[in-house]
Amino acid sequence: MTEIRLRDVSRWYGNVVAVNGVTMTIGPGVTGLLGPNGAGKSTLIHMMGGFLSPSSGSVTLDDEPIWQNPGIYPKLGLVPERESAYDFLTGKQFILAMAKLHKLAEPGRAAERAIAQVEMDQAADRTIGTYSKGMKQRIKMASALVHDPPVLLLDEPFNGMDPRQRLHLMDLIRRMAAEGRTILFSSHILEEVERLAGHIEVIIAGRHAASGDFREIRRLMTDRPHRFRVRSGDDRALAAAIIADGSARGVELTPDGLSVEASDFGRFTWLLPRLARDAGVRLWEVVPADESLESVFSYLVAR
Amino acid sequence: MNSTIAMITFRSMLGRRRALLLFVLPGVLLLLALILRLTNTSDLDVDTTVLQRFALGAVLPLLALIAGTGVIGPEIDDGQIMYILTKPIPRQVVILTKLMVAIVLVTLFAAVPTLLAGLILGAPAGLTPAFTVGVLVGGVAYASVFVALGVMSRNAVTIGLLYALVWESLFGNFAPGAKKASILQWALSVTDSLTEASTVKAAVSLPTALILLVVVSLAATVLASVRLRSLTVASAE
Repeated sequence: MTEIRLRDVSRWYGNVVAVNGVTMTIGPGVTGLLGPNGAGKSTLIHMMGGFLSPSSGSVTLDDEPIWQNPGIYPKLGLVPERESAYDFLTGKQFILAMAKLHKLAEPGRAAERAIAQVEMDQAADRTIGTYSKGMKQRIKMASALVHDPPVLLLDEPFNGMDPRQRLHLMDLIRRMAAEGRTILFSSHILEEVERLAGHIEVIIAGRHAASGDFREIRRLMTDRPHRFRVRSGDDRALAAAIIADGSARGVELTPDGLSVEASDFGRFTWLLPRLARDAGVRLWEVVPADESLESVFSYLVAR
Repeated sequence: MNSTIAMITFRSMLGRRRALLLFVLPGVLLLLALILRLTNTSDLDVDTTVLQRFALGAVLPLLALIAGTGVIGPEIDDGQIMYILTKPIPRQVVILTKLMVAIVLVTLFAAVPTLLAGLILGAPAGLTPAFTVGVLVGGVAYASVFVALGVMSRNAVTIGLLYALVWESLFGNFAPGAKKASILQWALSVTDSLTEASTVKAAVSLPTALILLVVVSLAATVLASVRLRSLTVASAE
């Protein structure tokens, strides 16, 4: 069993703390590293990939330090976020070169297998410069798979992909995980992580905010006070009805309508239309005021 | 030495538009030699000036700068170095391979043109082989220094240009001390020892020059390997 272990890892750049006291263990299966942009996900992945030294704490792969230890790379495959591969090589030449750099016994066969795994056989003889974003992502994936490593790190693998490419890559990652690999990927999109990862680690502002399976994280994220902006025919009457019902913690009358803080998301969205009907008030507009992921995250941090 | 890294590096150096730069300077040198020869204006003084000021003094440092920083700098900037560094390959092997490629390029685009220019000019007093060897030896030192610069700084080309143009050319003329701390002068000292022509005068004695050439090349290579070991890839965030 192959595990990446972070123990009390911090990383700072001058005065700026990018990662702050993170402890986590990443084991077999798909783990999603979720967090808003700038939260420190790439910093964490770079430390796990050996491209950044932890300022304090330790990052190990099966108890071997990763920093300044090229000896771990037979066990590790890394798909960097940056798009640039060697654009002047064909896909096949690129993967073959990677296989040779790994000093594999049969580089030709390994390259063929990796290219087949990402289903790039058709385009393998074209130069990488001519590839679409999704194809580049797949050939990068093949470069990380060519030596059949037990651990795969993927930095924002879905960035800039169209929905079809996204589904394709998700399938591939699932297949890789089914073979018993330890896979970590980062994303700032909850839905992506939810669909793919059995286990989720949430990073916010450099801190380890939450950890668990996706249902748990989902519940944390939806069972929180939700703020809605409501416009209606009679705001005052509706406000009275909402307060009387008790599904909201607070209602505020503003010039743009009502600002409602619902205590239970599910119940409130189900109840509001009934309340309005019973009170004889026509609803014009119901808008969630804080549905951005950042506000979900900031709620988790404040909790 | 790693043949796969060498192959990728050669292709990236010769496959891009920048490769044209490699051809321009030696091309001008050969053209100049040809014109001088055809107009019959070449004599010992002119030949020395062309080989010393142009071949050794301009073509060599600039070519070494393009080749030395080019074999590794852009790869680090664009992040492709990750594909090489995520392999179980000792970092000094990566640096030595990159350095070898740079030296081969300097040989092809600075030393060989120097030899050809000397032959075209019909330079007397053994100037041609003397300068060819000088360019070769200086090329190794320049390449080592510029490869190290390419690993250590994103501004390697600027720093290299400042060194070659400001320090070696400008300061050397004002302060004789600065002249002694210059790869160009060490290379010239080697050339000086190989020709009896009175027109070649080096500021540094041969033993000092040789020791400095070796020490600087080795130190730069070791430094480059150490720095590559702790290469931090700029975070996207």
